[in-house]
Amino acid sequence: MFKPRSILGANGLKKDEIVTILDTADTFKEISTRPIKKVPTLRGRTIINLFFEPSTRTRTSFEIAGKRLSADVINISGSTSSTVKGENLIDTAQNLEAMNPDILVIRHSQSGAAEMISRNIQCPVINAGDGFHEHPTQALLDLQTIRETKGSLEGLKVAIVGDIAHSRVVRSNIYAMKAMGMEVRLVGPPTMIPVEIQKLGVSVDYYLEKAIQDVDVIMMLRIQTERQNRYLLSSLREYSNLFCLTSKILEKAKDDVLIIHPGPVNRGVEIALDVMESERSLILNQVTNGVAVRMALMYLLLGGSDDSVN
Amino acid sequence: MTVLIKNGRVIDPANNLDATKDVRIVKGKIEAIDPPGKINIDEKGKTSVIDAKGCVVCPGFIDMHVHFREPGFEYKETIESGCKSAAAGGFTSVAVMPNTKPVNDTRSVTELMLSQARAKGIVRVYAIAAITQGLAGECLSEMGDLKDAGAIAFSDDGRPVMNNELMRRAFEYSKMFKVPLIQHSEMLDLTEGGSMNEGAVSTELGLKGMPVEAEDIMVYRDIALLEKTGGRLHVAHVSSGNSVDLVRQAKAQGLPVTCEVAPHHFILTDEAVRGYDTNTKMSPPLRTAKDVERIKEGLKDGTIDIIATDHAPHDLTDKQCEYQNACFGIVGLETALPLTLKLVDENIFSLSDAIKKLTSAPADIFNLDSGELSIGKQADVVIFDPDYEYEVDVSKFHSKSKNSPFNGWKVKGKVLHTLVGGKVVYSAAEH
Amino acid sequence: MEFKLTSVVFDAKDISRAITRISHEILERNKGANNLALIGIRTRGVTLAQRIRVKINEVENTEIDFGILDITLYRDDIASGKHPPPVEKTSIPFPLEGKQVVLVDDVLFTGRTIRAAIDALIDFGRPSTVQLGVLIDRGHRELPIRPDYVGKNIPTSKNNRVRVRMSEDDGIDEVHIIDPSTEKDS
Repeated sequence: MFKPRSILGANGLKKDEIVTILDTADTFKEISTRPIKKVPTLRGRTIINLFFEPSTRTRTSFEIAGKRLSADVINISGSTSSTVKGENLIDTAQNLEAMNPDILVIRHSQSGAAEMISRNIQCPVINAGDGFHEHPTQALLDLQTIRETKGSLEGLKVAIVGDIAHSRVVRSNIYAMKAMGMEVRLVGPPTMIPVEIQKLGVSVDYYLEKAIQDVDVIMMLRIQTERQNRYLLSSLREYSNLFCLTSKILEKAKDDVLIIHPGPVNRGVEIALDVMESERSLILNQVTNGVAVRMALMYLLLGGSDDSVN
Repeated sequence: MTVLIKNGRVIDPANNLDATKDVRIVKGKIEAIDPPGKINIDEKGKTSVIDAKGCVVCPGFIDMHVHFREPGFEYKETIESGCKSAAAGGFTSVAVMPNTKPVNDTRSVTELMLSQARAKGIVRVYAIAAITQGLAGECLSEMGDLKDAGAIAFSDDGRPVMNNELMRRAFEYSKMFKVPLIQHSEMLDLTEGGSMNEGAVSTELGLKGMPVEAEDIMVYRDIALLEKTGGRLHVAHVSSGNSVDLVRQAKAQGLPVTCEVAPHHFILTDEAVRGYDTNTKMSPPLRTAKDVERIKEGLKDGTIDIIATDHAPHDLTDKQCEYQNACFGIVGLETALPLTLKLVDENIFSLSDAIKKLTSAPADIFNLDSGELSIGKQADVVIFDPDYEYEVDVSKFHSKSKNSPFNGWKVKGKVLHTLVGGKVVYSAAEH
Repeated sequence: MEFKLTSVVFDAKDISRAITRISHEILERNKGANNLALIGIRTRGVTLAQRIRVKINEVENTEIDFGILDITLYRDDIASGKHPPPVEKTSIPFPLEGKQVVLVDDVLFTGRTIRAAIDALIDFGRPSTVQLGVLIDRGHRELPIRPDYVGKNIPTSKNNRVRVRMSEDDGIDEVHIIDPSTEKDS
């Protein structure tokens, strides 16, 4: 069985490894429906959530995941001002490691932060999002949500819509979806499509209505409202005119198209309220699956004792 | 005091010399270069003899682009430690950039730097003063006074002169003093927040990119201004293939433009950034393999005049952090020779051409009285073994800082002795 | 590693007779099938429980509650193996309150699996009784656990292995003992 050392990204995960994670997550999902939502598996283990960025859902999800496995979960909010001397990120991580945690979950605003920490400590690291780089647990829960409804992933077409350049969710999903044999199309204004992204084996489209017609899944991304200050957008109004997923646009899509969104949602900006609440929308399933996927990863990281397998 | 360097392969591009010779140095000057055995050791006991069999004997290297951090950032490097690093790398002359604290924009700072260097007496230090006061890009510095104090060129290195009008006037003003302006070419509005080359790798790593056009646009602007104003432009650390083309075209038009390249820009590409090693973060950033190819073409056809290290020491706290927060730059003095020799192995240029770009070419551009082994000239000499293989070990660097991406690299070419004015300032501990 | 099979100690007929007997004992002890629930422990325990369920259905003509338990997450040796053991689904689709639950497993050995199973079961609710049925009891208990229904007691040495094969899972019904001391070099 798949025995990872750390989960730093979806890049490099193989198909069978992803399947193991998703299968394990499937079985863990049931635990959250029990009257006593807890198994003793990780009793006595310590998981530290080190979050340098505000996050409600992801942090809570990791916390609940750890607690349902009976681990002790500690939340630490770090300051992002690591440019200040004496507040070095590696120092922080090494200090935490000196207290013998079993997993360090890290969220950081800068790309590469999780990888850098992992290089400097022994304890397994789960990347809960680093800058615009990766957010592997989000990609895995997205896949689990899609697989649950569609049955399998192979050959599915996905449109990911929004600010591609500034999204770690997109990058992780591209790696994971490509590994599972899915076809990925990125949709957004050219200012938000990073250069040479096609090299990752994806296609790019600028026109929402056309881009979603043949896809099985539409993933809408949150638009950061401050982006218009960086010449990326003329206005939110125009963005919404061009890229908001409305029921009218959805008429062009397949009947059984699924809609997902990594959240938090700007209601009415990137996705219309009725679409969000329609039965095609799996946004809340994603949240539920997030707990199961994170439980699965914790189990896989801490079950077994073979440290030599990376 | 007499020094006799015996049996070395003497390469002196300025004099078109490449032959096995003995070199005799008397009172700090080259006294004779003759076939082996011809020079007699007449005053026994007073001559120190260096056997250079199998080694190259050539003019000491000149690095027109180093940051020695003194005054202001002595925890990264001092003039003394920088000079020791230079000597260990085979450099006998270096030109220090003005982005110290305070900035070298006044006579007193220039004089401090030069007097510190003279007091340590290791290698020759030249000062490059700021184009604008405080590197602020607003007012011209007192170029006349600074030149009088010893500045040999002007640059706002680390920062470009963004303002077009100011740059135009800087060219015009500098003409009066016949001093070259050295530009760090980077349109800051295109690179803001960036930490590596913009391209497939930056997209994958999720790091904000610094597009190659940021360099090209400024190189083009400066050439365009120069055409109108006259003056002299030296483009620092060219990293972009397009910029090499721009310089090539300007030279073809007869414009007084020269340029340099740093070894990391012809050895590494942005692929090296994978893994987020902050020692791959520099400005300009490591570019693509295509750019590296075009840089090599530029070195081959002479478009790129000189090799300069952009030696930029940073201590651990400035590098051991998030990639985006890390300081730009790497140390380069102690790896320049073996990295340059890699291109000789690749047949990009001959050994003699490589040495020229480290010696007589910079001396010519910046009007320095060194870079050659002519009789009667000051004896700045380096003796290196071009075939000696070893592993780069940053912990053994003489520089105070160890920020090099080449740690652990297997390289070829080791400096054995460095002589400045006939005095041995460095000898390798092991060979 | 390759093992030499020493002996088949229980064949298809033996297994069938044991299941029939255990089914009757369960009904007898619990005075019928009212409130009765069978929960099989993965993997062979589930197959055995299925067969008992069919037998009880034949006798009593009633469907009893049926569940599946995967005890992996309750094991006390999660970190001792090389890799994390695969986890499969647990399914107890009925309330346990007031039930007379019979846990079913293939082999009872140290008792640790049953300890884990009881812990898991208690997390799902509060049955009125928990009983234990096993096809083979091979002794060497490490915990104070005893079975209520036993197919066959088989004395073994501690380093023997007992393998139960069920036709649904393995294509054949048989129980044999493997003696690692006769292990071949491979």
